[in-house]
Amino acid sequence: MNLMSLTAVELGKKIKAKEVTVKEAVLAAFDQIEKVEDVYHSYVTLDKEQALKRAEEVQKLIDEGKLDSPLAGVPVAIKDNMCTEGMKTTCSSRILENFYPTYTAEAVLNLEKAGAVILGKTNMDEFAMGSTTETSAYGVTRNPWNENHVPGGSSGGSCSAVAAEECSYSLGSDTGGSIRQPSSFCGVTGIKPTYGTVSRYGLIAYGSSLDQIGPVAKDVTDCATILETIASYDPKDSTSVKREDYDFTSALVDDVKGMRIGIPKSYFGEGLDTEVRDAVLSAAKTLEEKGAIVEEFDLGLVDYAIPAYYVIASAEASSNLARFDGVKYGYRTPDYDGLHNMYKKTRSEGFGAEVKRRIMLGSFVLSSGYYDAYYLKALRTKALIKKEFDKAFEKYDVILGPAAPTTAPEIGKSLSDPIKMYLGDIYTISVNLAGLPGISLPCGRDSKGLPIGLQLIGDCFKEKNIIRAAYAFEQTRTYERCDVAKARD
Amino acid sequence: MANIISDETIEYVGILAKLELSDEEKEKAKKDMGSMLDYIDKLNELDTTGVEPMSHVFPVQNVFREDVVVNGDDRENILKNAPEQKDGSFVVPKTVD
Repeated sequence: MNLMSLTAVELGKKIKAKEVTVKEAVLAAFDQIEKVEDVYHSYVTLDKEQALKRAEEVQKLIDEGKLDSPLAGVPVAIKDNMCTEGMKTTCSSRILENFYPTYTAEAVLNLEKAGAVILGKTNMDEFAMGSTTETSAYGVTRNPWNENHVPGGSSGGSCSAVAAEECSYSLGSDTGGSIRQPSSFCGVTGIKPTYGTVSRYGLIAYGSSLDQIGPVAKDVTDCATILETIASYDPKDSTSVKREDYDFTSALVDDVKGMRIGIPKSYFGEGLDTEVRDAVLSAAKTLEEKGAIVEEFDLGLVDYAIPAYYVIASAEASSNLARFDGVKYGYRTPDYDGLHNMYKKTRSEGFGAEVKRRIMLGSFVLSSGYYDAYYLKALRTKALIKKEFDKAFEKYDVILGPAAPTTAPEIGKSLSDPIKMYLGDIYTISVNLAGLPGISLPCGRDSKGLPIGLQLIGDCFKEKNIIRAAYAFEQTRTYERCDVAKARD
Repeated sequence: MANIISDETIEYVGILAKLELSDEEKEKAKKDMGSMLDYIDKLNELDTTGVEPMSHVFPVQNVFREDVVVNGDDRENILKNAPEQKDGSFVVPKTVD
């Protein structure tokens, strides 16, 4: 049996039942990694030795009955913007080429407490700025469904690793769609939780008011189980929210009778690929047939989300990335003339083009004379967008739409026109601005064979609604594996 | 293009951003920033009079805690990440004579 074809929860059960050892699971993952990594490059850093050592420790705890999490012993891949003590963490940037964190991100720590075994760190757009994983300083990641296409981004490596079965599940982060869009492109399932649900402690910050860590896996059951494990109130993150309820798996119920689902008309306008539209609308029909009440409605201000996002995210990035100065960690330019010149040269050589573009824009919109016109204007727009969603959720339990307007573009076709690339985030970005939870799951493939993602959006703290709807939809189809994954069977 | 970014502006933003751009990068930055701002100007279509800027979606209060050290002394490992260190400190270029 190919252990990598199992979902994380299925593998966890086999480990618990002593049908499979943790070591066998970890070796199966590395076997697949060694077979496909040369081409697909999902990972920036791998540590087989450490993973095998950890497998032994976890096995011992399981055998002693000290670990009973459904994820105990299951191998996981972590996006390279989450700190892992003693394991290199680069954010796919040259400026952090040699950074070894002295502590582990809270979300990853929660996984470790549950007995997860970390295989390595996944590739991403540099500092999570991008939608294709092409801005990584360590090379592009290829889509396991077609190596000439991008996996999406910024959590491209996390999603391609799951699709290519180079791990059992992974963690990604989502600032403007960075979990949901690559999940859609790679044919896997990913959740961006309500803002404040998963601690950001140890997540290298991009846009702090938007960033959330979330799970990527083969199915909804895995995602709910992983989210339940990583979510926690954390005093170390001042925006962490003490939720009333950290139970997500109880929503795994195949029943949408009476659930009110709204389809925003503006999500189906110009720019949407017809094959994507058809697949998503057909998913809506399926949910309707299962008893949901599905109707179209007008969601306002959709076109204003992207400009507001780029002001807010760039402003926060320019402030967050000020810490990379060549003093405390990371790269320092070899030749410089004084402190100031050292800062400037270090940053100019250490950051890639997209990161510099956003730092420049962010510095500009925060500068004296422009702050009100751009930054405050964007924050006011954000308030209006939030209000639009509040209105929608008075009528609907779930908002349904595509995760992205197209399937995965070809490698090399996106970066030349930034605004066009940014427009690809149109369905995901407003969810971050409003702090809402969203899930992307596969709902079909286009004529080129590339996966199409269905996005379900819920009201704040209402993950259960989107998990239930996603689970019910998922029961109507079987998980499609790409050829790269099947080759190991 | 409605927004024309001058050399002076790019120079000034470069200082704020602590970035040293090559001439070629400066030209590209002028063009990129101009077209981004043209795009962002779309927000001016919205009447936001009387709308409070929303920095957080939830009413976030200042979170206080007791000022107690909870993490251990990890100086050695922290310094290992520094490009240059000496006698338990970070080394920076000379800043005062």
